Amino acid sequence: MKRPVLLVLAACLTVAAADAVPRRVVSLIPATTEMIFAMGAGSRLIAVSSYDKYPPEAMKLPRVGALLDPDTERILSLHPDLVIVYGTQTELKRSLDRATIPYYSYEHRALPDIMATVRAVGARIGYAAQANSLASSMERGLAEVRGAVAGRPRPRTLLVFERDRATLQNIYASGGYGFLADLLDVAGGDNIFADVKQQSVQAGTEQILARRPDVIVELRYGESAKNVDPSRDLRAWDSLGSVPAVRTKRLVILVGDQYVVPGPRIVQAARELGRALHPEARWGP
Amino acid sequence: MEQVRGRLFVTVAGFGGLLLLTLVTAPLLGTTSISLARAFDRAMPFADNPDAQIFFVARLPRIMAAALVGGSLALAGAIFQALLRNPLATPDTLGVSSGAALGAMLAIAFHFDFAVAGLSSVSLSSLAGAIGALAIVYMLATARRRGLSTTVLLLAGVTMTAFFSALTLFVQYMSDFADTFRAVRWLMGALDVGSYAPLLAALPLTAIAFAMVAGLPRPLDLISLGADAAAARGVNVQQAERLALVSASLLTGAAVSISGPVAFVGLVVPHIVRLVVGSDHRLVLPASALFGATFLIGCDLVARTMFAPIELPVGIVTAIIGGPFFLWLLVRRT
Repeated sequence: MKRPVLLVLAACLTVAAADAVPRRVVSLIPATTEMIFAMGAGSRLIAVSSYDKYPPEAMKLPRVGALLDPDTERILSLHPDLVIVYGTQTELKRSLDRATIPYYSYEHRALPDIMATVRAVGARIGYAAQANSLASSMERGLAEVRGAVAGRPRPRTLLVFERDRATLQNIYASGGYGFLADLLDVAGGDNIFADVKQQSVQAGTEQILARRPDVIVELRYGESAKNVDPSRDLRAWDSLGSVPAVRTKRLVILVGDQYVVPGPRIVQAARELGRALHPEARWGP
Repeated sequence: MEQVRGRLFVTVAGFGGLLLLTLVTAPLLGTTSISLARAFDRAMPFADNPDAQIFFVARLPRIMAAALVGGSLALAGAIFQALLRNPLATPDTLGVSSGAALGAMLAIAFHFDFAVAGLSSVSLSSLAGAIGALAIVYMLATARRRGLSTTVLLLAGVTMTAFFSALTLFVQYMSDFADTFRAVRWLMGALDVGSYAPLLAALPLTAIAFAMVAGLPRPLDLISLGADAAAARGVNVQQAERLALVSASLLTGAAVSISGPVAFVGLVVPHIVRLVVGSDHRLVLPASALFGATFLIGCDLVARTMFAPIELPVGIVTAIIGGPFFLWLLVRRT
């Protein structure tokens, strides 16, 4: 009597073990989508978020909403065996719980957390080794950037990621916490808002005049990456002529989504930011 | 008549003195300490003088914006409350700031990529939205020749507000995450204009509106008693109502194009003023404009210094400071 029960139990466990490696993954965050493709597990993805734009293969997958508007019905109908959700998507998590679909909850944090996420997601989908080597190569890439700028004077930098065109209104800059702040540190810049332990700071003109950045870097991504014309777009800063960055014309616009998607391309972003802050340093091809 | 003139003098002198005091003090206060001697030192080139730049680029335009926006919104609120005979009326009751918000949202979501005379596309299209909303309300109100019915105006206003808000939410929902964030932030109001251009652009509209308001106090006094009573006393009710509607809407539209919608000023300042000077519009209108300016400069001072280097949206401060203050006045009076 005992043996058949055990057999059934063993069979169940085997099935569960085979199922433990998810093969139908939905990623609702561009950063994790990029990680999964970069570790060579793109074939595991069955759907991505509506914000996903990279890599090109991701564009071919079905899009099932995003942070604020996940299409729960569509997600459930795809029968995923793992959904990567953002930490604040509590409604979606509840629906997934009810449908007994496992999820991985992700949130943007600091720079080291990106590599930690690569390793954790890789382990979860059965790509631990590949994820490990991806994360290690990212760490090497970031260390190279650190090395290239080491010992050079670190310019006081204002890192702007949002501003009204043509005026100095609604300026949002990187504070002293988060992957952008860490990226600036790796790239050899001192953040003028390092004392504000937040990811974003609304930067008033008085603060900028008082903190006197040596360099102003503006990031353009998504829709704002279109029609970039540095000479026209940077003219608004002229009214703050006493700021060293304005006087010495060290105003830079960097274009691309790699600056705001905390995924594998962050290494490329760090290198480009380093090059903008330290053009005289030795940079590889 | 002599008596009113005397009270008017006292009121304007009192509230005007308060505003003057605020106007002189506010630029001296901020998160950084600057030397006034250096700020006004003509020997140093302006571009090399951080103190002068903080004073003339960061603080002065911002304080002037607060004065213009606060004064305009409070005056518009006082006019709408009298015109609609409703103490809950605000500059937004007729949908003007919702129209402005829709304009701003469209500019943000579709990345309108232009600027005219130092004005951002967001300011310009919010102004266009405000004027569009005003035009619709005006057409609705004058569609029937008999003049404006308060009830019709109120209903039309509420409907327009709901309609524009729904369109704004629709555009917001369809747009990029970063754009949604910018739009939400715009809706909280901000006075850090960074140059005089937005003020200069709004000034002609505001000046026209103020000129129109000059003839309003007496008709508004009589209209708040009822349209028939006013007509019996020889007021051209229809003309006065149109004047009130257009001037208050112009004030609102111009203010919102500078700072985005700033909550609470237009609702509560006229009531505070009435608690002090009574309900005579010859006193209420100038006092509202003066006290609105003072109040918003004060709130913005708190917004920019309290949690420095982080700034608070001024629309949050106005309600947090104005709410309890107004309740205290109400309770003390009864």
